[in-house]
Amino acid sequence: MSQAFRVPGRGRVDSARTVTFTFDGRRFQGQAGDTLASALLANGHHLMGRSFKYHRARGVVSAGSDEPNALVAVGSGPALQTPNLRATQVEVYEGLTAVSQNRFPCLQFDLGAVNTLAAPLLPAGFYYKTFMWPRSFWDRVYEPVIRRAAGLGVAPTAPDPDHYAFQYAHCDVLVAGAGPAGLAAALAAGRSGAQVILADETAEVGGSLLSDRTSRIDGRPAALWVADILAELAALPNVRVLTRCTAFNYGPHNMVALNQRLTEHLADPAPDMPRERLWQVRAKEVVLAAGALERPLVFEGNDRPGVMLASAAQTYLNRYGVACGKRAVIVTADDSAYRVALDLHAAGVTVAAIADLRPAPDSALMRAAQGAGLTVLPGTTIQRAHGSTRVHSVELARLLPDGSVGKGQHWRADLVLMSGGYTPSVHLFSQSRGKLAFDERLGVYIPGESAERERSAGACRGVYALADVLADGAAAGVAAAGAAGFAADAPSWAVDAADAPGRGGYAGALPRRGKGLLAMAFVDFQNDVTAKDVKLAVREGFRSIEHIKRYTTTGMATDQGKMSNVNALGIAADALGRPVEKVGLTTFRPPFTPVTFGAFASHARGDLFDPDRRTPIDPWARAQGAVFEDVSLWRRARYFPRGSEDMEAAVRRECLAVRGGVGIFDASTLGKIEVVGPDAATFMNRMYVNAWTKLGVGKCRYGLMCRENGFVYDDGVVGRIAQDRFHVTTTTGGAPGVLAMMEDYLQTEWPDLDVWLTSTTEEWAVIALQGPSARAVLAPLVDGLDISAEALPHMSLVEGTIGGVPMRLFRVSFTGELGFEINVPARQGRAVWEAIWDAGQAAGITPYGTETMHVLRAEKGYIIVGQETDGTATPDDAGCGWAVSKVKADFVGKRSLVLPAMQAPDRRQLVGLLTEAPWEVLEEGAQLVARPDEAIPMHVLGHVTSSYFSATLGRSIALAMVSGGRARVGETLHVPMEGRTIAVTVTKPVFYDVEGARLNV
Amino acid sequence: MLLIRCPYCGERSEIEFANGGEAHIARPADPMSQTDEEWAQYLYMRDNPKGLIAERWRHAHGCNRFFNALRDTRTDRFVMTYEMGRPRPEIDAATLAEAAR
Ligand SMILES: [Zn+2]
Repeated sequence: MSQAFRVPGRGRVDSARTVTFTFDGRRFQGQAGDTLASALLANGHHLMGRSFKYHRARGVVSAGSDEPNALVAVGSGPALQTPNLRATQVEVYEGLTAVSQNRFPCLQFDLGAVNTLAAPLLPAGFYYKTFMWPRSFWDRVYEPVIRRAAGLGVAPTAPDPDHYAFQYAHCDVLVAGAGPAGLAAALAAGRSGAQVILADETAEVGGSLLSDRTSRIDGRPAALWVADILAELAALPNVRVLTRCTAFNYGPHNMVALNQRLTEHLADPAPDMPRERLWQVRAKEVVLAAGALERPLVFEGNDRPGVMLASAAQTYLNRYGVACGKRAVIVTADDSAYRVALDLHAAGVTVAAIADLRPAPDSALMRAAQGAGLTVLPGTTIQRAHGSTRVHSVELARLLPDGSVGKGQHWRADLVLMSGGYTPSVHLFSQSRGKLAFDERLGVYIPGESAERERSAGACRGVYALADVLADGAAAGVAAAGAAGFAADAPSWAVDAADAPGRGGYAGALPRRGKGLLAMAFVDFQNDVTAKDVKLAVREGFRSIEHIKRYTTTGMATDQGKMSNVNALGIAADALGRPVEKVGLTTFRPPFTPVTFGAFASHARGDLFDPDRRTPIDPWARAQGAVFEDVSLWRRARYFPRGSEDMEAAVRRECLAVRGGVGIFDASTLGKIEVVGPDAATFMNRMYVNAWTKLGVGKCRYGLMCRENGFVYDDGVVGRIAQDRFHVTTTTGGAPGVLAMMEDYLQTEWPDLDVWLTSTTEEWAVIALQGPSARAVLAPLVDGLDISAEALPHMSLVEGTIGGVPMRLFRVSFTGELGFEINVPARQGRAVWEAIWDAGQAAGITPYGTETMHVLRAEKGYIIVGQETDGTATPDDAGCGWAVSKVKADFVGKRSLVLPAMQAPDRRQLVGLLTEAPWEVLEEGAQLVARPDEAIPMHVLGHVTSSYFSATLGRSIALAMVSGGRARVGETLHVPMEGRTIAVTVTKPVFYDVEGARLNV
Repeated sequence: MLLIRCPYCGERSEIEFANGGEAHIARPADPMSQTDEEWAQYLYMRDNPKGLIAERWRHAHGCNRFFNALRDTRTDRFVMTYEMGRPRPEIDAATLAEAAR
């Protein structure tokens, strides 16, 4: 049986190109241009999935992105499988591999289907009600069971091998949807010269016109008119037409996100092609031409394979050349289904009966159907559809004048088509925060007042007749172009032989005979929500449609209720005894259809996930085998292991080398800001707690910066290069924040100051040379510069050259040893580093990393902002009260520092801690209490901020912030750990060379 | 993503900007003469209007200049942006209603 349901001479697929694909391991044939759904239907295969909750057999219902049932995973292998694609949108190609979802062990026979038998036990809110207690069952029993049973599709387990693209675009007019309205709008706007983007989610523009064999536009078949318009659009250089491109999010200020699928439909995509492209389009004006979606009818068994939307059967027939069955029964509340009946009839499908829910339908279309000999049953409803993996018969019954339902009659059918009228697709409009308005005449919500610069056109605002749709689209295109500043004329076309659909419709559950206690009439196919679930929610007291939605989960599946919302609303309104328009609609959330994570991540993967800042010396450190750590965006060498050393061993060796000889350290990541101008000193006085006026040229000072609330914000050494020029350094992570704060005060509070701020972080490479031998190594390299203790004492700086390279040489130390920080232009950094490295070989020069730097500074009690301080520490708390100027009238934070709370004696203050056992290294972050036997909750006095083993001292050391800490020196406190407490002695925070003798040499 | 008009560079995407909180809160000329209450008021108390707010923005990934903006907090519509130092402009009722829409 190969494509037995293909109708020769119908459809737009390429009958000359047959492709072979597999579905659930079985080989099928289709034609190029088929979707997976149309190709399977051509083979008579309706069963395409199992439902989410009850595992009921499900067939395809629609022919578009609103498809709730036929969800498939495409591709194979751990990395390549993409789950949750709609078979109605997947295009077939040679070798396509697809599998159905929610089945166990196979689609025809599914063990989970016993859930259907248990359906009376699985009503709305079942999970909320059942999995409440005992608490201990949540993690171990309920969650694993629910997770295994639930879950839509299977995510790939290996990294995605494809790549994805991202593009910003600007345009005058964005048209979402390329059906008749969208094409007319795009052409009208395009002819005006406006930059136009026209996007459509399908593979081919034309929308409903591609399935329309009746209408004539300017005397031409609709599909040929589409080709004409497309050709004209393609010739316009200012128009871009994007197919397979879904507008899925309407953001503020007319930024619309599009997802374009580039290779999914190709058997052999070029290897460098991105799989998808995410567009962020900033449009001056937007035209929404999203069309309308046919509503299913809610009756028992409406989910049986073979039950589908009437419009879908028409699309499969006219666009893909596929008859969805041999014998159809049609149930409708709208005239459009009669055209479907006539098309099917003409293609040789038996139309057994057309049941019209309306008591006295009358239209030219209906009479045409009767004229063709078709059986029309007015005032007739459907009671149920029979069958399991395929429908085989239905029960039709008269709707009696008293509102009851007559006795049912059986009709044989392998295809049941339903038409509950049309629902305008208002998703994007609603996302744009536009207000929906209830249209009494159509019984649906349509776009009301706009919030953004957009307008809707055509079926998405309830305009259905083709002539009106084209005129509406053209007018919208003219209006949009005009609003964007382009004068346009509305094109016009003559339409004849068109139908006038969309005037009927039904919302809610169909009336039935008897109680139907076990009847399952589905509202939301994808989440398996039945009419009874919605009624139950109302009975249980839910009144708001938003609550009913969450309790029943209707409209919460990946299709965002495209098919179900209006019917759910109808049922809820009926149960609440309120009119539909008083109940209101739920929010439409983006995305319109699911978007892959790959598209969102785009280029931001791997090395491109985050900027990786590297210093000029980074390649040298890599070559030396350094181990790195991330410090803000910087990658910094943490330690340089030798042989099989671990971090502990390497750090001990590095520490001893610095204290005993000389170490070399890459400090290039330090933030640097050049503060220049006649008012530079005044500005520095206001920004920092320190006094700067008297700092001489060629001198350095430790600078401490507070925020206006008095808490320490940043620190760093500042050198005065000239009377009007300061070389300011900041912490590695704090540089952007410090510059922003400086700019804030300079621009907004003191615009009268003549000062310029320039970030120079990346301009300078900074090489720290530290240790008693540092001067001996450096002196021969600095081109005759006198760097003796007398010429260049601690905390001074000099400009000179090193091997001919311009240099700012700082005599500073973050280790407590004789030290220099050599600033050279970044591009010469590596060469200078290597020159010093070579010169230091005789002295045993040792490279060290951030970990050793941390230990050395902790031995000296130097704080690290962000480690000792946490945004609640004043300078005095951090042991830096000495830096605060007592004479300045004002600086940022000064007023706050005299608030009573900032002076309280029990504030947490920086202290040192020593354990009894010298080998015991405390955990950073550990809490400190007064008594080890204190009852829980203990009164916490402070916490450990830094803790290391000091090789220099041969024991552990720690820094801590402790309440009233400076008065506690000598006291014993306790660190409660799991199962034990550790006693510690409070000390001053300086452990090594307290008097600073080693600095002043 | 919002579209924000930098008075110096023109319209740019929100991603280029950093919000700087409520505008027109001048730092007292002599902070030390402030009472604790006055100082706390300056430091911490901010309006949180449902409607039009005057706020500071910095074109962080552009010209790096601060400017002020009038924005409706309900709709994120910008009524206007203006340079630092200019007083908060008066806005007519029709413009306010348009911003609230
Ligand atoms: Zn700017």
